Formats: sequence, structure tokens, C-alpha cells
Amino acid sequence: MDANKISIVVVSGTRERLQMAAMVASVGAVSGNDVSVFLSMNAMPYFLKGSQTPAPAEGPFGTLMAGKNVPAFRSLFQQAVELGGAKVYPCSMAMDVMEVDSAGLEPFLSEPLGLTKFLLNARNTQVWSF
Amino acid sequence: MSERRVVDARGSFCPGPLMELISWIKLAQVGDELELLSTDKGSVSDVPEWVKKVGHDFLGSREESGVWHITVKKTK
Repeated sequence: MDANKISIVVVSGTRERLQMAAMVASVGAVSGNDVSVFLSMNAMPYFLKGSQTPAPAEGPFGTLMAGKNVPAFRSLFQQAVELGGAKVYPCSMAMDVMEVDSAGLEPFLSEPLGLTKFLLNARNTQVWSF
Repeated sequence: MSERRVVDARGSFCPGPLMELISWIKLAQVGDELELLSTDKGSVSDVPEWVKKVGHDFLGSREESGVWHITVKKTK
């Protein structure tokens, strides 16, 4: 396994999972790892261009975080890209379902990727799912 | 000439202080020193680990009234 490559699948739309995924992506990327993130399902709407929609808490910790100065998950994903060279790929199937194209997504996202290609790239890497 | 900059990340939670420091390191010149102010206790161990991993110099840390002062030198 190539321990310096990290693949992250994000399908949840809850605050805690999006936050943890963003933390792994950002810290992993700025620490010299090759990080790839695959966004799909309930995570996708939060990456529509200009979206400010808050993610709902899954449990009490998510509620607790809302009142603290915790870095915003969108900012952390963006920092993963801009400071650490991470790639954040929107799922092409999810885009089809949502009827959105690349221009409708946050500009720091990479071009859409299919699951087959992502899985191929994720072979022999650390794989995290949220 | 090398400079010393204070990066004030007090009040931010993990990984905010580390990301703030990295943002400023990207803009700094080789030889510059950055002093991170953080109230996030995890920064005390996370920052030196990151510095070691990427190859800058960790110059030390100290705590004053609940604020950690963590100093790093950009080496490359």
C-alpha cells in the first residue's frame, strides 16, 4: 500500500461527517500526502456554487460545534486543494441526478469523476469514508 | 533580511491554527520565523509534527495565560 496516498469518499450531509472528512483532507494534503476526495449523494448539495447552507447536526457534538469557532468544512476542503494540492472530485452520477454541470459547482472542485475511475485510482491507498 | 511574523489563531479550533500557519508560511521567505498564537492545545503537538514532516525548523513552544506561542522557521 502507498501510505502517502489518501482517498476519501464523502456521501454524508451531516455536519460532523463533513467536518471530519474536511479535516482529514486538509491536514492530510498539507502534510505531503496525495489526497483525492470523491463527493457524492447527500454531500453534493453543499458544494453547489455559492452554497451557504449549513449542514444539520447528526448528534450532540454537531450542535456543540455550531457554537464554536470551528473552521468551516467548505474552507477546509478548499485549503486542502489550494495549500496541499488535493483533488476534490464531484461524482458524475450525482451531478446527473442533480442536473448540474461543473459551472454550477464550487470552482475549487476538479472535473467530475466516475466511480470506476475513482476506485481504480484508490487501489493500494488509504481509503476513508464519511 | 529575515522577518518575524505573529500569526494570531487564538480562538480557532483544530485544524484552524495549523492551516492558518501554513497559509502564512506559503507567503513567507526562506529564513523567516513565524510565531503562531493558539488556544487549541492540540497545536502544541500537531505543529511540530507537521514541521518535522515537511522539513521546516521547529524553534520551540511556550504557554502564557492559556495561549500557546509556537515558533517555526521556514527553511525551504
